[in-house]
Amino acid sequence: MDRIVFLTVDGLSRGAVYAAMALALVLIWRGARIVNFAQGAMAVAAAYAGHSVTAATGSFWLGFLAALAAGLALGWLVERLVMRHVGHDRPLNAVIVALGLVLLITAVLGIVYGNEFRPAPPAFDRTAGFAGLSPYDIFVFLSVAVTVGALAVLFTRTKAGLRLRASAFAPEVSRLLGVNVGGMLLLGWVLAAGVGALAGMLIIPTEFGLHPNAMDRSFVVAFTAAVVGGLDSPLGAVIGGLAVGLVLSFVGGYLGDQVTPLAIIVLLLAVLLIRPDGLFAARAARRI
Amino acid sequence: MKRYLWTIGFGVALFGLTCLLPSFQNYQLATVAAYLCATAGLTVLTGQCGQLSLGHGALMATGAYTVALMQSAFENLPLSLVAGVLVTVLAGAVIGVAAARLRGPYLAGVTLAVAVVVPGIATMFHDVLGGDQGLTFYLAPPPFGYDFPFERWQAWIALTAALLTMLLLGNLAASRYGRAFRAVRDDEIAAQLSGIHVARTQVLAFVVSAAGAGLGGGVLAVLALSVSPGAFSLTLSLFLVMAIVVGGLGSLAGAVWGAFLLVALPDLTARVTEVVPLSPALAQRLEGNLPLAVFGITLVVVMLAAPGGIQGLISSALTAKRGR
Amino acid sequence: MTAPLLEIQTITAGYGAAPVLHEITLSVPPRTIVAVLGANGAGKTTLLRTVSGLLRPTSGAVRLAEEDLARVPVEHRVRRGMAHVPEGRGVVAELTVDENLRLGGLFRTDRRDARRALAEVYTLFEPLARRRGHAGHQLSGGERQMLAIGRALVGRPRLLLLDEPSLGLAPRVTAQLMGLLARLRDDTGLAVLLVEQNVRSALSVADRGVVMSLGRVVREADAALLRDDDALRHAYLGF
Ligand SMILES: Nc1ncnc2c1ncn2[C@@H]1O[C@H](COP(=O)(O)OP(=O)(O)OP(=O)(O)O)[C@@H](O)[C@H]1O
Ligand SMILES: [Mg+2]
Repeated sequence: MDRIVFLTVDGLSRGAVYAAMALALVLIWRGARIVNFAQGAMAVAAAYAGHSVTAATGSFWLGFLAALAAGLALGWLVERLVMRHVGHDRPLNAVIVALGLVLLITAVLGIVYGNEFRPAPPAFDRTAGFAGLSPYDIFVFLSVAVTVGALAVLFTRTKAGLRLRASAFAPEVSRLLGVNVGGMLLLGWVLAAGVGALAGMLIIPTEFGLHPNAMDRSFVVAFTAAVVGGLDSPLGAVIGGLAVGLVLSFVGGYLGDQVTPLAIIVLLLAVLLIRPDGLFAARAARRI
Repeated sequence: MKRYLWTIGFGVALFGLTCLLPSFQNYQLATVAAYLCATAGLTVLTGQCGQLSLGHGALMATGAYTVALMQSAFENLPLSLVAGVLVTVLAGAVIGVAAARLRGPYLAGVTLAVAVVVPGIATMFHDVLGGDQGLTFYLAPPPFGYDFPFERWQAWIALTAALLTMLLLGNLAASRYGRAFRAVRDDEIAAQLSGIHVARTQVLAFVVSAAGAGLGGGVLAVLALSVSPGAFSLTLSLFLVMAIVVGGLGSLAGAVWGAFLLVALPDLTARVTEVVPLSPALAQRLEGNLPLAVFGITLVVVMLAAPGGIQGLISSALTAKRGR
Repeated sequence: MTAPLLEIQTITAGYGAAPVLHEITLSVPPRTIVAVLGANGAGKTTLLRTVSGLLRPTSGAVRLAEEDLARVPVEHRVRRGMAHVPEGRGVVAELTVDENLRLGGLFRTDRRDARRALAEVYTLFEPLARRRGHAGHQLSGGERQMLAIGRALVGRPRLLLLDEPSLGLAPRVTAQLMGLLARLRDDTGLAVLLVEQNVRSALSVADRGVVMSLGRVVREADAALLRDDDALRHAYLGF
């Protein structure tokens, strides 16, 4: 019984982080029709920046904020300097460019910080307390919930949100109506990179520590989560993240940790082959 | 016919070249040849058939581990290499069947998952595959006696594999299968309407390119006389993509450029860092990472500035010249 | 004669190497409806896209109230009083009716008037008011057309560019639409550049008509004259 509770809580807690990362993927996909394969690397870069600030100031929280700021800034840079200029003649172009960024970011981090694991201590105690929840789990749930809530309000209740959605769905019409579509694209990248950085800060302390490739595996899981939910659906991303977190937690708990990597592939393939649009995709709308 | 003559000509020239080069250069030449098997295969898949695979590093690992296991068991090199290709073809067929139903970023994501996850399998089956340490094996000395340089022998093996790959893939590209690949890449629906079985064509492309990757991985193992998961990380897969993009998507000549760059760029960066006085710690960090950074920048810049790659630039320069 | 609101001066434009529009010159005074007629592929849509800036002319100039628009990006033209209702899919299918309409007024700084304009559109187009919360893709063709035009009106334009608004509408609804345009012209001084296949109804409200063929203006005259010009109708408009 205890074990089930533990695995559930752990799965949901990781799942919440995957949900945030998946949400970041969905944000960019909806706006730019690009799967940002560099998102994991960008998040690691942001985490290293936070690490440096913490080392310099001695304050964990300053470092945490710095990582978020670095994430936002990186999103801005990547969109302005690179993604904006990618040709749209082939859908592969953006993927390949993102992979180039992965190589570049990983290499620069390796040069600046070295390729050893650096300890990344969690902000709160990770030992389980009431209902199997550790203080760190609560921190994770709150952070993700606040982020998701804020994004939901932004997108559905504000003018900027209306502009963001309109320019994602119908860029040309939006321009005719006075929406700065390029600016909205940039805003989408910045927001997504910020959310990605938050996810990185939350998940890295629960794994082996800081390393240029620390997010490779998590990125694949988050991609799976986004696909489970349907790349077009923010709500689907959140549910997909939680579901994938749970599944992997139980697979790891009952079949052994070594099996989880295979479970990821099986899950991803199963979803793609059975329901390629994801389980929660808003159908029809686009197809008229 | 012309293609066979070219291949033989190239082969003679290259084998002659190995007799002139010192060991280390022969080893580098052999590495280029090994990579070429893989990049040529990936060129068929991505450049000609339009499917991106980020998992070819994992397929190379499949070939390499098979060769290592077979060598340890039978010590028969041709048999080991053939087995390496066959096992990889099998793995490629499995991925290919799934891949034929996937498009664009979805396919990229699945193959990325393969690339990220597969190295972990070595740890999963630690007893057979040797975990993080990997496996080492033995290669019989060249049949020409003990004073024949071993690296030259390795270069001959690798060059034979590469020439064979290029010849077969060149023939394939010129055949009706090659035309079907390009038709599917350019417009799936039009291809279907003209009677091409799209899914079957895509699986075929995947299988063919897996064969190239398996052979390349096997030869790479023969060069190192060992295999380990670290050598087949996600980075290798990304390198292969970089190589074919920079070389020029779609043309086998571009694959040659790409394979050459994979060996030449790290060598070049190593030389540059040797010249510049650096602290040992920084020098060590630069050694592994600088080539990565250069590859990354190259990839981004090429995609933004010259999506046709090196071969594209050369062809347009040639046509411009002829036009004058 | 009043100074024209929109002036199109010898513009040449196209999508690739070969131009689609050849040195088109035409102007729209305020409080005037100019109908642009022509067969399929004549370049009518291309003309509107060039005016609203979606397409850059290779030569020539577009002026709105004597300002050259060459350096004004698309998204700023609406602020200068130009509204373009594009051919076919102008409605954002994923957004609700209300969101679509609000989108039309987002650029405005006078928020109070933007709200008033929104309310006016709802009274103008009754069916929209009843479907405020419906998504764009749930509307009928006619309702979509109303939504697209209503959304343009929320911006209180001086110049309306309409691309085949009657497409898919019942004759009675088309007649109502034309009546509405005439009323807006008379009441608010709106200028309209109206692209239509439906020649009869376009000429019924238009003040002037322009006939295009193969990217050129082949005839420009008072609408009444065009209505009665049988030779022209046979040659270019096919009825
Ligand atoms: N996006 C495009 N790319 C290339 N050529 C185009 C494009 N859009 C239109 N054309 C060409 O430009 C010419 C004019 O097209 P346009 O859409 O302006 O015609 P139209 O008068 O609006 O026709 P219709 O009454 O059918 O809407 C046509 O020959 C068409 O083939
Ligand atoms: Mg048209």
